[in-house]
Amino acid sequence: MSLAPARKPPPTDLAVETETIVPEPESGHQRVPRWVVKAASPVVLVILWQILGSSGVLERDVLAPPSDVFATAVEMAAEGRLSSAILASLGRVALGLVLGIVTATVLATITGLFRRGEDLLDLPVQMLRTVPVIGLIPLLIVWFGIGEEPKVALIGLAVTFPLYMNLFGGIRNVDAALVEASRTLGLGRLDQIRQVILPAALPQALVGLRYALGSAWLALVFGETINTTSGIGYEMNTAREYFQTDVIVVCLVLYALLGLVADLIVRGLERGLLSWRPAFQGQ
Amino acid sequence: MATGLPGTVTTGAPVEVRNLSRRFGEHVVIDGLDLHIEPGEFVALLGASGCGKSTLLRILADLDRDITGDVSVARGRAVGFQAPRLMPWKRVWRNVVLGLPGRPDRERAEAALAEVGLSHRVDVWPKVLSGGEAQRVALARSLVREPDLLLLDEPFSALDALTRLTARGLVDELWQRHRCAVLLVTHDVEEALVLADRVLVMDRGRIAHDARVEIDRPRDLADPALVAMRTDLLARLGVDVKEHA
Ligand SMILES: Nc1ncnc2c1ncn2[C@@H]1O[C@H](COP(=O)(O)OP(=O)(O)O)[C@@H](O)[C@H]1O
Ligand SMILES: [Mg+2]
Repeated sequence: MSLAPARKPPPTDLAVETETIVPEPESGHQRVPRWVVKAASPVVLVILWQILGSSGVLERDVLAPPSDVFATAVEMAAEGRLSSAILASLGRVALGLVLGIVTATVLATITGLFRRGEDLLDLPVQMLRTVPVIGLIPLLIVWFGIGEEPKVALIGLAVTFPLYMNLFGGIRNVDAALVEASRTLGLGRLDQIRQVILPAALPQALVGLRYALGSAWLALVFGETINTTSGIGYEMNTAREYFQTDVIVVCLVLYALLGLVADLIVRGLERGLLSWRPAFQGQ
Repeated sequence: MATGLPGTVTTGAPVEVRNLSRRFGEHVVIDGLDLHIEPGEFVALLGASGCGKSTLLRILADLDRDITGDVSVARGRAVGFQAPRLMPWKRVWRNVVLGLPGRPDRERAEAALAEVGLSHRVDVWPKVLSGGEAQRVALARSLVREPDLLLLDEPFSALDALTRLTARGLVDELWQRHRCAVLLVTHDVEEALVLADRVLVMDRGRIAHDARVEIDRPRDLADPALVAMRTDLLARLGVDVKEHA
């Protein structure tokens, strides 16, 4: 029937190149723990900064050394300035976040779930999205004055767009096969949304929340430059007038720490809500 | 639910299809098809790839209403797809009872999972299951609904040969116990002959061949009657067996 394929003659020398697979050392027995490695570079940077500051290379008016910054922070904390500033700023962010999350969720569910909704609403949202939020400050001041309202509105806007984009994208990327399966299982329209579409869109929505938090802090910093009488931005503006670089650095560190805490919260949410999704952890 | 007349409740055969047609643009995939399945009957549907088997199954599952003709299907029906289509964010047992009325009933899920031999997988996430296990969960999800009609679209084709044999045996056993009507789409002629009461071949949009398998169960692949039917079916599917024998 068919011809047997021509076979290569067997090699005369049967040995091949080999390599030995060495068992990986158990992670518990690593010489340097991971957190030490992670902490090393920031610690080195701070030490360098301190040396430059105390040796006079870096003048106080340019950048106060870490020791001064720390002392100032302790002082501000004792006076209660620190906590009142944090509370004022946090309050603004929280309000803006709630505003933005509600707006984005309502908009994205309407446009994501219903094609009619997309046709009606998506285009205006996309057009507004291209306007840099910070550029809206003058308009917001004209509309809302110079009180709390324009600041909260600015943060709300900054939160809305990244969250909307990701939630909409998440809903539209849901595997149609799963929605179809849920229909054959007898799930009604509402249950399809609650038990299939929204859980499937959740990973992307959380990515959006993380971006949203990032732009919320940015909006906070800009918002607090509008005639503020409280908050971290107020402290920073006052310090600028007296060249108090130590206070400015304390405020910057505060902004950073708050951002970090927010990020940790989202990560915690991800770990809790997305535990069904085994993800690549890096090598 | 009678797909042609939504909402009407009548009694009758699990599948009753008359003069069904479905076209995609100019391309007529199903062309005046008739099909009748008796209660409790196990029917296997064979046919060349792309001949419209999945299209037919989707119509029977009420996932596609862009049709002409009369279709009446058992209201109590369950569908198994080629991929298990489990919700990755629900634990295995919650997947099994998803869509059942009332609160999620864990005991019911556990009983169904025990039937498919997965009592030890009740609480895991679907992502950690093997392909065969996931397909068995999908089977449990179908059977927990106690359907009168089970529609299966090549449920084992993504499994390796050994797992496939086990799954085939499981389907046989479950069918003997539940006695629901089954329409199994498959490209595996042996699978069809081992499992089914009746084997259909689909061609040019219709049921081109309809053969009753009158062989006692459990069936032996080496049974001469079965081998003869196999040769005949393969010829109808355009494969000449003798050349490979
Ligand atoms: N949604 C669709 N749009 C256009 N053509 C389709 C669609 N679904 C199926 N078809 C066509 O219908 C034919 C039958 O498909 P299918 O029922 O999936 O075949 P199979 O018998 O392999 O399951 C194929 O030619 C396929 O290209
Ligand atoms: Mg198919």
